[in-house]
Amino acid sequence: MYVIIVGAGKVGWNLGRELLDKEHEVTLIENDRDRYLTVEQELEHNVQYGDASELWVLERAGISRADLVIAVTGDDEDNMLISQVAKEKYMVERTITRVNNPRNKQWFELLGIGPVVSATDLILRLIEHEVPRYGLVHLLNLPQERLEIIELLLAEDSPVKGQRVGDLELPEGSLLISVLREGRGFVPGPDTVLESGDEVLAVLDPGMEEELKAYFGPDGSSSE
Amino acid sequence: MGSSLARSMLRDGHQVSCLDEDPEAHARLEIGLEKSWEDMGGQFTVGTGLEIEALLEAGIEQADAFVAATDGDNTNIVIAQIAKRRFNVPTVIARILDPYRAEWYEQQGLHTICPTRVAIEMLETEVKEAAARSVARR
Repeated sequence: MYVIIVGAGKVGWNLGRELLDKEHEVTLIENDRDRYLTVEQELEHNVQYGDASELWVLERAGISRADLVIAVTGDDEDNMLISQVAKEKYMVERTITRVNNPRNKQWFELLGIGPVVSATDLILRLIEHEVPRYGLVHLLNLPQERLEIIELLLAEDSPVKGQRVGDLELPEGSLLISVLREGRGFVPGPDTVLESGDEVLAVLDPGMEEELKAYFGPDGSSSE
Repeated sequence: MGSSLARSMLRDGHQVSCLDEDPEAHARLEIGLEKSWEDMGGQFTVGTGLEIEALLEAGIEQADAFVAATDGDNTNIVIAQIAKRRFNVPTVIARILDPYRAEWYEQQGLHTICPTRVAIEMLETEVKEAAARSVARR
């Protein structure tokens, strides 16, 4: 696979090294001269100097034959436009774009740029996962496929505690896919009996989470 | 560029609202004005074109035309697309210095002004004329 990475900061440099180790062809583009010289000592011809917002710099890197373009500079506008031209002008099939300021996420969506990665969002999600305030954690959003995967913590006073999975009347458009109990995960069958403290993973149509949360009962955090 | 355009539009009797992240930019608007920018009927908002609150405060929803003329090509291209796609401003113009990109975005339906291209054309005309004169003298 041929990968172009724009921005040889911490993220870009390490990503480039990992991909090279996995035997991919990689070109990094860095527009800060000093940074470029530092990275060039290690990655040699795999890094090029230039401002990737300029089309000729992307063309020099061979963008039209790239399978993947990853824009991870520290500047959201740069990242947006690099991914936009990669996709729309050079027909690159896949792009991955970094969002530095989560408030700018809406603009990436507006310009049709996805998927995006936001370190702030990831860390926030981890915090929510480690410190569940609502007893419900978003694990995965698949907007294209119109699916979500969530995790629910069964509280002490949950109305479904002690019930067989086969007897549950789950809201339409939702499905239990696994149960984590005492550090072990398994796929529930109709005879599985739910216990308080179970972490239940469910797949659902977008927008169903409130209904599902209500069905599984009061705020999961009350069990702690 | 933005401040000169703003002044001349205001003098022509249009309603003009400026958005700039630098509060000092306000002083530039008042160069050569007899009264303050606000007394002349102008509006000024501090903020960037990526901040939705700032755009709303500047009145983007009522705008008939939106000009993105910051000193950064990338910023201009992004905020022009925001004005067009999100707020459906009827006329959106972006200043893009890089001729190659200006050309591509123009093809994508973004109205662009490329000062570099204009300057190149003027220089070409001048140089060619000079060359022609020197050939004629020989």
